[in-house]
Amino acid sequence: MRVYLDNNATTMVDPEAFELMKPFYCEKYGNPNSLHRFGSETHPALRRAMDQLYTALNARDKDDIIVTSCATESNNWVIKGLFFDHMLNKEKDHIIISAVEHPATGAACEFLKQFGIRVSHIPVDENGLLNPEDLRNLIDDKTALVSVMWANNETGTIFPIKELAAIAHENGALFHTDATQTVGKIKIDVQDVNVDFMSFSAHKFHGPKGIGGLYIKNSQPLTSLLHGGEHMGGRRSGTLDVAGIVGMAQALENSNKLIEFENLHVRRLRDKLEDALLEIPEISVVGDRAHRLPNTILAAVKGVEGEAMLWDLNQAGIAASTGSACASETLESNPIMEAIGADKELAHTALRLSLSRFTTEEEIDYAIVHIKKAVERLRAISSTFAYTPQGHVSGL
Amino acid sequence: MAKHDLIGGSIWDEYSQKVQDLMNSPRNMGQITEEEAKERAGKLIVADFGAESCGDAVRLYWLVDEKTDIIMDAKFKSFGCGTAIASSDTMAELCIGKTVDEAVKITNIDVEKAMRDDPYTPAVPPQKMHCSVMAYDVIKAAAASYKGVDPDHFEDEIIVCECARISLGTIRDVIRMNDLKTVEEITQYTKAGAFCKSCIKPGGHEKREYYLVDILAETRAQMEAEKLKAIADAKISGNDSDLAFEELTVVGQLKAVEAVIDAEIRPMLMMDGGNMEILDIKKNDKGIIDIYIRYLGACSGCASGAGGTLYAIEAVLQQNLSPNIRVLPI
Repeated sequence: MRVYLDNNATTMVDPEAFELMKPFYCEKYGNPNSLHRFGSETHPALRRAMDQLYTALNARDKDDIIVTSCATESNNWVIKGLFFDHMLNKEKDHIIISAVEHPATGAACEFLKQFGIRVSHIPVDENGLLNPEDLRNLIDDKTALVSVMWANNETGTIFPIKELAAIAHENGALFHTDATQTVGKIKIDVQDVNVDFMSFSAHKFHGPKGIGGLYIKNSQPLTSLLHGGEHMGGRRSGTLDVAGIVGMAQALENSNKLIEFENLHVRRLRDKLEDALLEIPEISVVGDRAHRLPNTILAAVKGVEGEAMLWDLNQAGIAASTGSACASETLESNPIMEAIGADKELAHTALRLSLSRFTTEEEIDYAIVHIKKAVERLRAISSTFAYTPQGHVSGL
Repeated sequence: MAKHDLIGGSIWDEYSQKVQDLMNSPRNMGQITEEEAKERAGKLIVADFGAESCGDAVRLYWLVDEKTDIIMDAKFKSFGCGTAIASSDTMAELCIGKTVDEAVKITNIDVEKAMRDDPYTPAVPPQKMHCSVMAYDVIKAAAASYKGVDPDHFEDEIIVCECARISLGTIRDVIRMNDLKTVEEITQYTKAGAFCKSCIKPGGHEKREYYLVDILAETRAQMEAEKLKAIADAKISGNDSDLAFEELTVVGQLKAVEAVIDAEIRPMLMMDGGNMEILDIKKNDKGIIDIYIRYLGACSGCASGAGGTLYAIEAVLQQNLSPNIRVLPI
């Protein structure tokens, strides 16, 4: 059996969206910016797809939704674009982000430090939550941008974006949110939260890979990073990926339709899996369920190193994820775990399980059995953990 | 960076079949109890290395025949990734049947080679070599426990590259003996930096106390200084060669200064169409040795002659001859 529990990394493409994409590869493949019929015959689908995107996010006509390659591009565009617009002449030289931002935001800010930009981080507590008052304490009249992700990719923790955006605006700063993990999982209304910029990526909500978007409120000026064409109103050059746009729009529309399902069915399966994990001694889960995405679990499995756990699960056909360092290029432990105050030991045991609306009850039952087996085997090997089938646990 | 590196991929694909099999079914996983040791008439040794906070920890059990010092049995427990489990298992396997003194000679390279499917293909990708490093250290800890000595007893050198087990002294010697000028050359000669690459420069796979780039720069600087001193000494009359610069006659000082200028400064000035000459050397009341120079060719009238070039000349002479030197352009 193959069970895919790594949906915060990427998702399968929605079959209906995939069907709609197909004609734009071998039949209607004209460049939509061409004058001839091959080009123009793609326009109805493009218009419909853009309408779907605007409707799904509740954007207004005067807002821009620019199609990009992914949320990494969108995040980089906001941060570096605003550098040219607001920071280069030192009018404002300060950016505030959360301590648990995705590297697409964090590394872009670090890059700007060499040009004299100050970067501050809003801390998070042991549940992965941040306190808006901490933003009030960090913000000053030189703050150009506040950028906080809507939900964290590792913990699933949802941040109070509406409140944070209001604080940024009260202090004359622009507000950007990386909604990569949120779009398609909870209802998005950009007018309600009043953000200036919002990034998203199609492959996180069952759209194709390699396509995403950036919402720009009221066509706010933002220096383009890609020059060389008049595509997307001149804001982002590059021939439009019609198939990708059509697929992304349909995937988002379908995800939005099924948000109630996500919050009932997916949440129930997630809770079932989480409850089963918590029956195993010395396993903890980060963040309370009420403030978390309905599909995400970040568990710390005492005595079991993350990559070893992934190996065992993979042998059983189960795909999961870990921020554990052993799977990466450095030996540093999971930075998200460190940011929430977990000790280094626990950080090396992080296991992320993320479901989707395609996850079945049978798959969850299978996963529960094999996660328990893996924990038992690896704790028996563990030099720092003694485990018996009776459930008695003691450190050596 | 090259074509292969652009795509990336799962490091699991680079594990040998032996590593994969050992990850799934380690042969020597477990523990040896005191009761078992008594039954088998052996001495039980338990040694730990690493810590969970680092993501890797191993516990090694030895059952040693005290009459022969032979390790009758070895078991392990490990908190770590799959390669740490496989490495620990192989390490335990390699210990069995050896004397304690023989076991101490088992290195992480031996462990990695024992896990290869064929002699020429590494068992694990370079960044996973550190998982086998623990094997060497825990054996050392076990041997120290058995012999009642400090673990440092088995390691009196500073190890720069844990993966290849290359010491600071070896790296310095190799740079000197072979006149190595790049880190790549050090790796070719010693294998230091060939695996996880953490020891090459700061910011690698794990933090290191010594880095190859620093050792190279420091050793090269020492070599250059010694070379200049040797040239200077050679130009000074034989009897004066052991004297400090301050103790030389003015003629001797002049020769020494000329030698350093010839070797280090003049070629650079001449590349830009300039030159310099030494006019006089005088010691002032405060013990400072003032060297009066005159710029020639393109250097005369150059703005840098009173700034960067002057400071460079002074620094080179101070470094090679005496910190009490001051250079004054006329």
